[in-house]
Amino acid sequence: MRFPRWLRPALFIAALLAIWEIAVDFHPGQILPGPVSVAGGIVDLLQHGLLLKYVVASLFRVTWGFVLAAVLAIPIGLTLGWYRRGEMAFNPLVQIFRPISPLAWIPIAILWFGVGDLAAIFLIFVGCFFPLLLTAMSAVHNIPDVYINAGRNFGLSPSAFVSRVLYPAVIPQLLVGLRITLGVAWLVVVAAEMISVNSGLGFLIVDARNAGNRYDLVIAGMVIIGAIGLLLDIGMRSLEQIKSFRWRYSEG
Amino acid sequence: MSQTQEVVPGIKSAPKLQAEHLGVVYDRDGQSMPVLDDINLQVSDGEFICLVGPSGCGKSTLLNAMAGFLSPASGSVAIDGETVTGPDPRRILVFQERGVFPWLTVEGNIGFGLSKLPRAEREQRIAHYVKTVRLEGFENSYPSDLSGGMKQRLQVARALAVNPDILFLDEPFGALDSITRVIMRGELLRIWQAERRTILFVTHDIDEAVQLADRVVVLSSRPARIQDVLTIDIAHPRNISSPRYLELRDELLKQIGLAYEI
Repeated sequence: MRFPRWLRPALFIAALLAIWEIAVDFHPGQILPGPVSVAGGIVDLLQHGLLLKYVVASLFRVTWGFVLAAVLAIPIGLTLGWYRRGEMAFNPLVQIFRPISPLAWIPIAILWFGVGDLAAIFLIFVGCFFPLLLTAMSAVHNIPDVYINAGRNFGLSPSAFVSRVLYPAVIPQLLVGLRITLGVAWLVVVAAEMISVNSGLGFLIVDARNAGNRYDLVIAGMVIIGAIGLLLDIGMRSLEQIKSFRWRYSEG
Repeated sequence: MSQTQEVVPGIKSAPKLQAEHLGVVYDRDGQSMPVLDDINLQVSDGEFICLVGPSGCGKSTLLNAMAGFLSPASGSVAIDGETVTGPDPRRILVFQERGVFPWLTVEGNIGFGLSKLPRAEREQRIAHYVKTVRLEGFENSYPSDLSGGMKQRLQVARALAVNPDILFLDEPFGALDSITRVIMRGELLRIWQAERRTILFVTHDIDEAVQLADRVVVLSSRPARIQDVLTIDIAHPRNISSPRYLELRDELLKQIGLAYEI
């Protein structure tokens, strides 16, 4: 008999949860709530309608920040990557901005946008923009010359060249970059919500601690953040499975 | 040496392709390196020319210059009397490897240069060349599902589909195993005899050159000059153990400076 693929990790997680619960039962105190009380916390949040509200709030900010960054960074990155002179001019600036943690922008974000969604969206945008810009630039550099030459040989107009050679050739690398960056966006939103807004999963975590040391809700928030992050990653990975996108991985 | 290359047997009309005093210089780290030097070549319409020479001599460079991908430092290339200034869909270069677009199916690749045609005509053209290169049944396959030989046939089909008058082939079978290579030569000859395009074919394989070409152009080592032009006066299908075949092959081996005993 063959076990389904998910069975092994599921059993392992169940065992860890059991050990966690037993350990907490043996040593009750302030160190950590057990999985049962965390589950209770999640039910609590569901009953108050807060869970859905906070998840939607966080996803809303991530979507806007991420999409805005992608819409701006990818065309700019592709253009700079194609025109190497432009890249040479821009690159030092990009390299200076890139290592600045998006969290360092929090004061500026609040100064410019006040406390609210815009500040959080801005922080996610900043966190996504530079990685996507670099991904797009290097994706252009990595296009094999043969594709470019073949494209030129068939007499394509510049716009046809972009849509029929350049764009499909960079898609696989862009997808990898988008997947990694979406993970970054999901990290940033939690931090941004701890400081600059009063809703969302990041807010839930600080709020649960500040308003009465509800560590069961803190852990519940962390669990939900992890679960949604995983779902986002699975969603992006499924894009990579599309046959006309997948060639890079199968050609080797 | 140079007196042979001007003579083209049986040529009556103007040449299809003419290279005159063609020179190409590469710029590497600020140093200029001559790769081709004073190449003079005339190719008539429908001719099958093989370019051979020691490895790294500039065979591919010559092909790229004739196809318009490299601009010459001196001299010129003219096709039908018109100076070549850049790549042109009327002559297609087939690459050694990875030339097909991996994001398109077999049909998508063959139809790549046909987007301006009406749909019905495009589909008919695609179907015709799927058949010509014997890829029936793989119309909707992606290149990653094809063997190396099939990918090269696909590349040839994509080139033929736009109805070019010249095909430039840059060691198209160089990355294939030796059995597939022999089969591919037969296929290419069959297609050439059916469609009568002018073909310029770079190879490092002496046997390949003698089996395929009307004339074999031998290049010297870098900077490449035309060392000799050999007319292969054997009718197709060629018997590769005939005395004349062996004689021509040995002559070529000698030209390149290889011993014919190992």
